[in-house]
Amino acid sequence: MSALMQEMNAKALRLGIPLSVQLDLTYRCNERCVHCYLDHDDHGEMTTPEIRSLLKQLAEAGVFFLTMSGGEILLRKDFFDILEYARALLFCVKLKTNAILIRERQADRIRSLGVDSIQISIYSHRPEIHDAITKVPGSLRRSVDAIRFLRAQGLRVIIANVLMLQNMDDYPGVKALAADLGVEFTIDPTITPKMDGDRSILSLNINQASLRQVFRDEALVGDVEEFCAPPKQADEDDLDALPCSAGHSACYVSPYGDVYPCVQFPLPSGNVRRTPFLDIWRHSHQLHEVRSIRTRDLPSCSRCVHVVGCTRCPGLAYMEGNMRGPSSQDCEKSFAKTGIPSHNLLSRKPRGGALVHIQSAKELMTRPAISTTPAQ
Amino acid sequence: MKAKRYVARSSEIAARRLGNEMMIMSGRDSTLFSLNEAATVIWEAADGLTTLDEIVEHRICQEFDVEQAEALRDAEALAEALAEHGIVQLADQPFQYSPSGKEQK
Repeated sequence: MSALMQEMNAKALRLGIPLSVQLDLTYRCNERCVHCYLDHDDHGEMTTPEIRSLLKQLAEAGVFFLTMSGGEILLRKDFFDILEYARALLFCVKLKTNAILIRERQADRIRSLGVDSIQISIYSHRPEIHDAITKVPGSLRRSVDAIRFLRAQGLRVIIANVLMLQNMDDYPGVKALAADLGVEFTIDPTITPKMDGDRSILSLNINQASLRQVFRDEALVGDVEEFCAPPKQADEDDLDALPCSAGHSACYVSPYGDVYPCVQFPLPSGNVRRTPFLDIWRHSHQLHEVRSIRTRDLPSCSRCVHVVGCTRCPGLAYMEGNMRGPSSQDCEKSFAKTGIPSHNLLSRKPRGGALVHIQSAKELMTRPAISTTPAQ
Repeated sequence: MKAKRYVARSSEIAARRLGNEMMIMSGRDSTLFSLNEAATVIWEAADGLTTLDEIVEHRICQEFDVEQAEALRDAEALAEALAEHGIVQLADQPFQYSPSGKEQK
């Protein structure tokens, strides 16, 4: 993040401005990805006038970055009307799509409307793997064709590669595909629970050994030693820090008008069909509670050696049952990076068990960053 | 004597007021800018129909404690820098506006 962007974020935080909002236009989708956290039935999406009214409210509230996502955004027949209106309100618009409905004409329209970037999910460079995950034959070919159409318009495209058991070995191929297409590449090794709380899809998450492999791939993380360095000791400032921007300078609005701190933090905080957005943003008890939490208020995490560098997601913690609790998937990531178990993992796993051997807290803090023990 | 310059905000940008500043992202190269209070006044007044001299005289010199000649020099430098990134357009004639809102010289 640039220094100017950090400054803007800090200012938005001071002024209580929601700098970034993700708006899901629909949960309907033309793919049926095995790991998806959404219910794809339409339970009463906001109408075009409702979305236009919301966009106007978001602009007045100071939202600068607007991510339009879904579901598949292009399934809305009014998608380009909504996009045109959003750009007329001068949002910096980012799109998330599977892109299989984007052909030359749509790519040209997206360019003419001045979209900042388009993030497209690609699970594998091999059709048999990608199409098995999306459950749509031919979907890889169509998504890749769409990327070419968008690139031909000079648009910024980002391939998002979500890792799961089915495609764990394919990320180098996807990265090479991104390079070949001249687009950016990002990887996400986290499968999240369904928004209704169903955690069954978490079984698709890659295991600890695979996580370690990903975090030690120089092509992905750059300086492995730095990326996997032992945790730093927390000071008072670290403990006073905000756990995340969710609810502070960012939030999420569902296709039904529900406002949450983040798409990954489904804490119902109001509905824009009943209450103006700015009233929800300023006065929701739920958002106030989220904003009141500092790192020192996290009972387990504040005592954890990883408290400074951990990627703890408060939304995933909430979905585990406690927004002040640990997010176990991030505990696993911290462990995979450093070989040092989190406070949460230590409290769950038997000491002296096969996973880690603990000799002393002091030794833990000084041992080499990367464990080279082969994965079990 | 220098020709009068008209300055028009581009629609190929993203922009939002953040307190007394303006965040602007160039649609051409995604460069992010932050305009201070005075620059924000100029940017907001850049309707393509008002000259930079008039903006400086009627807005900047009214709202800020600054000499007109100095303010005009700064305003011209700002307008040219923003024009390089496609954030504003400059012309010697007033801009004409199409029904779509896009500027036409």
